[in-house]
Amino acid sequence: MSTIKFTQEHEWIRVEGDVGTVGITDFAQNQLGDVVFVELPPVGRKVTKGGDAAVVESVKAASEVYSPVTGEVIEINQAIVDEPAKVNADPQGEAWFFKVRLAVPAELDAMMDEAGYAAFAEGQH
Amino acid sequence: MTESALKETPLHALHVALGARMVEFAGYAMPVQYPTGILTEHLHTRAGAGLFDVSHMGQIRLSGADVAQHLETLVPGDIKGLAPGRQRYTLLTNDAAGILDDLMVTNAGDHLFVVVNAGCKHADLAHIQAHLGGKVAIEAQFDRALLALQGPQAAAVLLRLAPEAGSLGFMAGREIAVDGVPCFVTRSGYTGEDGYEIAIPADQAERIARRLLAEPEVKPIGLGARDSLRLEAGLCLHGHDIDATITPIEAGLNWVIGKRRRAEGGYPGAAVVAEQLANGPKRRRVGILPEGRQPAREGTPLTDAAGNPVGTITSGGFGPSFGGPVAMGYVDAAHAADGTALQAVVRGQPRPAAVAPMPFVPHRYYRP
Repeated sequence: MSTIKFTQEHEWIRVEGDVGTVGITDFAQNQLGDVVFVELPPVGRKVTKGGDAAVVESVKAASEVYSPVTGEVIEINQAIVDEPAKVNADPQGEAWFFKVRLAVPAELDAMMDEAGYAAFAEGQH
Repeated sequence: MTESALKETPLHALHVALGARMVEFAGYAMPVQYPTGILTEHLHTRAGAGLFDVSHMGQIRLSGADVAQHLETLVPGDIKGLAPGRQRYTLLTNDAAGILDDLMVTNAGDHLFVVVNAGCKHADLAHIQAHLGGKVAIEAQFDRALLALQGPQAAAVLLRLAPEAGSLGFMAGREIAVDGVPCFVTRSGYTGEDGYEIAIPADQAERIARRLLAEPEVKPIGLGARDSLRLEAGLCLHGHDIDATITPIEAGLNWVIGKRRRAEGGYPGAAVVAEQLANGPKRRRVGILPEGRQPAREGTPLTDAAGNPVGTITSGGFGPSFGGPVAMGYVDAAHAADGTALQAVVRGQPRPAAVAPMPFVPHRYYRP
């Protein structure tokens, strides 16, 4: 049983047990445009809720990706480093960014669910 | 600035209809990209023909006796030597030889047709009026539209609407009817490709644009791809790679100043230019190739291999045709030689980079 939550900075996190898989939303990739470079945190890095975790660069600009939660990075998705265009093609599926072991599961409680995020993103247009 | 406060070009409704993402640029609502995206638009321009709305740029008509001689008091270019129908890239300079703006001047026979940057056009007009007012007739045509048709298929496309355009050589321009509308057409652009800039009465602009877009080779291209195309072509963007604190010699635009103007001077900052031509400038604009895949963008500090500051990137990004990151910027003259190893400090992390010749993608101007 997994749950998916969203941040106001357009990250998503899918949680199974104490492991969260993090990526950017379809809305975010659409706003960024063609992704040409992704920088991911090293495995073992401690990340904090709202802190810098990754960088995604489009033709036009660089954007920070923040960690939705506090914890330790336990796996990264090398496939999007090798082929950044995957972030545009399947942002909420194959093109996840990193997996994090949650230190403070209660951080999820304040985040938006899928319906809440859809309404939030709609308001960003 | 709210969107309602932004000025709109005569093609605004067309951009919206085409699904463009509109952004603020120089006080105008402008298309940064269309639904296909910057990468696709960029590559299409290098393979087919891209249509750009550059109506936000300023068109100024200068006329009267000795108009070329008068303009030469403000620019270092050889304007008197510009034959009728010929176009030249030149610069408005200040007394320190700083570049107030870069501009295109065409000898249109009975007048000079001048195109200046959007962000500078009101200041340019005031500058020209302050210095040349009373000596020449100055007519700003800021409400006219300007389209750029760029790419290897541009000539084939335009000839269908304007057969006369076929005889225009690179950096030439004159009045030509496009689909029956009197336009001022120049064979020039800002992408490194063959192509045209077409000045059109505002009320005919959308019809001509739609007519061009109906041709199978043509797609609409936004300002995002315009920027990546000109960066690959090694062309300066005013306010970024050149500005009022940078001289033509520092910018590597020595070729803009012809032999006669070097000898005679007679433009703002001529003494500074002469000194820098004799002794070399302290800093120079260079091409920079970051190693790896990560772009190094405007404002990125440059250091030597030991970490000492040597300069700054003024334009940088991903070159879709080049297939990797490209940049340009200013470095101390001692670090300006091609191949010099540098570090680009991206978000605090030094990354290897090297000085490299420009353009990053070869120019393909039409030279019969």
